[in-house]
Formats: sequence, C-alpha cells, structure tokens
Amino acid sequence: MGLFDKFKKIVAKAKEENKESLDIYEKGLQKTREEFVSKLSLLGIKYTRVNNEYFEELEDLLISADIGVNTVFKFMEKLKDRVKKENILDTQNLMEVIVDELFIIYVNNESLSTKIARNENGPTIILMVGVNGVGKTTTIGKLGFQFKNMGKKVMMIAGDTFRAGAVAQLKIWAEKTDSLFYGKDNIDPASVIFDGLEKAKNENVDIVLIDTAGRLQNKVNLMKELEKINKVIERIIPKAPHETLLVIDAGTGQNGIMQAKAFKEITNITGIVLTKLDGTAKGGIVLAIKEEVDIPVKFIGLGEKMTDLQTFDIEEYIYGLFKDMM
Amino acid sequence: MFEYMGDRLSNAIKNIRGMGKITEENISEALREIRMALLEADVNYIVVKEFIAKIKEKAIGAEVGKSLKPDELFIKLVKDELISLLGGDYVSLETNKAPTILMLVGLQGSGKTTTAGKLANYLRKKHAKNPMLVACDIYRPAAIEQLQTIGKSLGIEVFTEGKENPIKIVRNALEYAKTNKKDYIIIDTAGRLQIDEALMQELKEITTEVSPHETILVIDAMMGQDAINVINGFNDSLKLTGTILTKLDGNTKGGVALSVRHLTNIPIKFVGDSEKLDGLSEFYPERMANRILDMGDILSIADKVESVIDKQEAMDVTKKMKKGTFDLEDFLSTLKQIKKLGPLENILKMLPGARKMGINNVNINPKDMAHVEAIILSMTPYERKHPEILKATRKQRIAKGSGRSVEEVNRLLKQFEDMKKMMKIVSSGNMKMPF
Repeated sequence: MGLFDKFKKIVAKAKEENKESLDIYEKGLQKTREEFVSKLSLLGIKYTRVNNEYFEELEDLLISADIGVNTVFKFMEKLKDRVKKENILDTQNLMEVIVDELFIIYVNNESLSTKIARNENGPTIILMVGVNGVGKTTTIGKLGFQFKNMGKKVMMIAGDTFRAGAVAQLKIWAEKTDSLFYGKDNIDPASVIFDGLEKAKNENVDIVLIDTAGRLQNKVNLMKELEKINKVIERIIPKAPHETLLVIDAGTGQNGIMQAKAFKEITNITGIVLTKLDGTAKGGIVLAIKEEVDIPVKFIGLGEKMTDLQTFDIEEYIYGLFKDMM
Repeated sequence: MFEYMGDRLSNAIKNIRGMGKITEENISEALREIRMALLEADVNYIVVKEFIAKIKEKAIGAEVGKSLKPDELFIKLVKDELISLLGGDYVSLETNKAPTILMLVGLQGSGKTTTAGKLANYLRKKHAKNPMLVACDIYRPAAIEQLQTIGKSLGIEVFTEGKENPIKIVRNALEYAKTNKKDYIIIDTAGRLQIDEALMQELKEITTEVSPHETILVIDAMMGQDAINVINGFNDSLKLTGTILTKLDGNTKGGVALSVRHLTNIPIKFVGDSEKLDGLSEFYPERMANRILDMGDILSIADKVESVIDKQEAMDVTKKMKKGTFDLEDFLSTLKQIKKLGPLENILKMLPGARKMGINNVNINPKDMAHVEAIILSMTPYERKHPEILKATRKQRIAKGSGRSVEEVNRLLKQFEDMKKMMKIVSSGNMKMPF
C-alpha cells in the first residue's frame, strides 16, 4: 500500500513543521470529511466482509460525494480487480486501498503544477472565466489580496459589462485590496480590456486580473467574445494571457464537469479555481475534474474571508478528507 | 435542457421496441441506462434508487395490451413516474393578500437578485399586479445596486435603505408598500450557507417581523448531490413554501428538479430559463417530464411565445401561412418576433423529437439572423411580396445593398421556398409526431 503509507509520513512531517495551511484544509473540508469518511467507516462496520452489497453501497457513497459517475464506475472496476488479485476479504483492510486508489486518480503519474505562470518582462495577465454565480468576482478580490501581500502592484479590469452591478462589485473589491481598477458599464468588454491593459502597461502593474461575463447560454457568442478578448490582450501584451483560470462552484455536480469541458473547447484553460468548497459536503468533484478534464486545480476557496483562498495542495486536501482514518 | 437524459432514455428503450412482452431481462439494460442518465444529471442517488425500483416493479407485472406496445408501455410508465416525482400538478403563488410578501432565500450565486427582478416582471405582466422589490442583501458588494439596475430597466420600484439592518429595512418596506398600495413585495435577501447560524438567524428574524406568505428557496439547477442538504437546511430553519430552479438553460441537466419534490415535498413553482428578465416560467411537472423524455414541450413554447409576441401580428401571419400567401415581408416580421424569444437553441430543444432531428445541439449564430434580416431589408417591398421576380441583376443589387454575397441571397430564397412547402404540410395536418 505504498502511496497511503508514504502519504501518512508526509502529513506527519507537515504536522511537525506546524503547517498553518493544514489547519485550513482540515476545517474547510470538515463537512465533506464528516459525511464521506464517517459513512465509509459505518459501511465497514455494517459489512465486515467484502461482498456485492458492500460494493453497491460503496458505489452509492462515492456518487453521493459528487466524484462523478464515470470516475466512480471506473474506480469500482479497478477496486474489484485489486480485491480479487490481492484477495482482500476484510472491509477494514479495504479502506486503505480505497484511499490509495482515490489518491492515484488524482496523481496519475503526472506532475501537477499549481504554479501561476509569470511574465518576466511586463505585467502578468490572468483571465478569469466561468458561468454565472460561481464566484468569479469574489475570487478576483481574494487573488488580488494574495498578490498584494506578496508586494505586487495589482490591477483589476471589469470585463463583465453584462451583469447588472458586476462592475461596481469588482470596484469595491479593488478598493478593499488597495488595487488599481479599470472598468465602465455598458460598453464592449474587449474595449474596456484594451484601455485597461494600456493603463496597466504605463503604470508598471505586476499582475492584472480580468473579470469576464459568464454566459454559456449562447456558446457561439461567448466563444466570439473570448476570442476577441484574447486577441486584444495579445495585441498589447504578447503571449498573454499567461493564465486563464476557470472558476467552478464546488457545489455543482456533474454539470461542473460539463462546464470545464465546454470552456476547454472554447479557450485554453490553464487551471481551475474551485470555490465554495467549505459550504459543501461534496468535495469529490476535485477527483472528477482531474479524471475527466485533466486540468489542474490551482486554487480552492474554503471560506468567505479574503484570506480563505488557498493554493491547491493534493496532499493537504487528502489529509483534510481522510484525517480521521490516519 | 435535460437533453442528456432524454437521449439516454430514448436509446435505452429502443431495445425493447420489438419485444413481445416486458421481462426483467429485456429491461435490465434500459434500467441501467436510466440509472446512469439520472445520476449523470445529478439526481439524488436515493431518488434514483427508488425510481428504478418502482419502474422495475411496475413494468414487469404490467399487461401488454393491444393498444400499447412494450416500449410504449415502458415509456408511459417512466413518464408517469417522472411526473409524480416532479410533483403532479402546478402549484401557483399565493395571491390573495395585499401586500403579499414573498421572501427569496438561497446560497450565494444561486441567482436570487435576478430572480427577484424576473418575478416582479412576471407578476406585473402576467397578473397585472403592482409589485415592489426590497433590497435586503447588505453584505455582497454592489448587490443593492444590481437590484436597482434591474428595477430601473423594468420600471419597477425598488425599496432600499442602505446597509444597516435587514429587519428594519423589511419593516419599513412593508409600511411603505401598504401606504403606496403595492400588491406584492419581493424581498431579496443575502446569499448564505444553510449552516451559517448567524445569517440563518437573521432570516428567522425577518420571518418573525413580517411573516412572509411565501418563503422561496432559489436554487441553482446545476447543483450536485449536495442540493438535498441545502434544501433540508433551509427548510428546517425557515419552513419553505416553494422553490425556484434557476439557470435551467444552456446545457443544464437539472436533475435537482427530480430530487426536490420527492425528498422534501416542497413544490417547484418556477424555473428560470434564460438570462433575460422575462426568462421565468411556471413549472409544470408534466411538461418537464415530456421534455426529459424528448417528447417535446410545445405548451411551454406556446407560453413563451405568447409572453413576447404581438398577438395580432402572429394571427395574421398564421392565416397567411395556411393560405400559402406567406411572403418575405411576413418572414421578416416573424424573424423580428423570434428574436424576442431569446437564444433560438433553447426553443429548438423543446420541440418534439428535437434529438432525432439533430437540432437539440445546434449552435445558432445570432449574426446569421442579422444577415438574413439585412438581405430582406435590401429588397424593395414589391420584391418581398413577389420573390419570384428576383433574377440575377436584382440579386446582385440586393447582395451589394446588404453587404452579403449572391450565394447567400440564393440560399435564403431557397430556404424560404422550403419553408413555405413545410408550412403547407404542417397546415394540412400531415406532420408525423416522433412518438
């Protein structure tokens, strides 16, 4: 059971070093953990032997955690194979295998970079996309706060000129985080972004965060709008945007996967920000996204405070989920 | 909407079409497909389990009569079960007291503020009422401004009183509504988690203060398995009277619709189905079931059309269609009306057999419609009435005038002719339904 044991060691070391973030993950994932792990343990008590009923209930449990139907089905097949091969009879022994396999889904032999690409000569442009109501604007506020704390000069550009109040909302965030702001109501997003970027260049801004409207209803329009935005950005700053982050609400189920797929078709998504993870008992979507869309999660939102946006760390995430089993 | 579910269900039942009777074996694959489809649509897994068990039980014992073939019988069973899952009948809003107080609650980002605007618009348009919006979200930056902008664009009054105390705001709003003879007040509250005790307490206090006639949970149709925890959480502290499902457009599968009623017995009253301010529809379980099963939703299209289209004009056009005297002038006015319906993709999806015709997933570029308009507008009125006179020179002139190519002009004329043929078939009653 290589991974799980290795993982335990990593956590023990992190604990020794008294890592603050471990705490945040632990609290933020409390709901998911309580529901998922406690049910998993109960299942182990209900069935001491591995049998068909046990598998069936396990499948329901994984589905109920929003891990994703396809991911779950594949996972179950793999698990059954392993049970057969290693002749696992006791459900208690199976628990560690389950965690192990879940971990493998995410890690999957690939290097997962949560690093944000930077522009060495000039401002780094981060474009934020996602459907309505997932928390794009709030995430920009939180990101701005983080960069500000690193001593960066930050600018926010209001490219969502469609939703009523969106520009004003971003402006308030800019004020709160002491960032520069550029935005106007009721004009073409591309032209706001054009003017904003010119200004950012002239004022030697380090990080530019661009908000966009999240309208998936008409894919053609959205695609055209994003194309235009990307063109405008590249005209002013070559090779930009350096990051295009897709914001997804963790409470979204299978639709979150659809969103990720749809946006991936439209534009080059470089990372995912998973918001509102503290409010849901269903943090399983992290695994589903990895398995089905294969875009790294770069940040997760674990609360409403400005400080509650965390760089995604799979080890701490798994710790937050399975702490009670270690 | 729901097209995924419709797809899989229709695929699954194909296999039993030719069978003599329904047995456990020949529906097992269909049941498995249904289970997958429902789970993929985020229907709660407990609901899925019960649903499958019920269908199985009813189907296996069922008598295959002379009138219904096994696949038809099976579809009927699924449909009936879906309807009962979705809640049977349409439940309308409370309407008798003045002012009727509606409070909207829900998570952050579920669409409360937009829905408040849509609801006000609906009450005024459909029921000729005089509603007022109350801005009670004192937390989210610019939430009050958002409601004000919406109110302004609709010409509906918005009561605001800064960011002090929601309970006081509501109390004063009620006073104001009484003196100003408002029929409805719609309270837009701040988004919150059902587990946030302080904020839930605030809602309880508002409830005690003004006793809303309806406490409506606004819930995102894209929610996953956690939806049930949200619904139960709000219902436990507030006694919900209904829900509104938002964002049930685009590619939303909206399985939460199937879970809500079954697990909580709270009726779904409306669905939000476009981003425009008239994008709110009354929720009819049977129509929704039809839509899920790809049996089309003509009634909802009719409702939608009625809400945005000039009746007299529509009647005139229909008459002409029947008579076969429909010309490009009428086509142009129809186009203008259609534009008001919002994205055409959404309407196409509601047509019976949309999936079979392959039009459930088309992307329509709004520019194409603008081009068609430009071409027709470049014709003289006489040409519009008599497109048959259009020959090369005229076509060239039209192409130049509209900035399009002659090929495009030709294509449009061809499409128009095809359309006229279709109309003849439809009005002669020879159109076959897919089921």
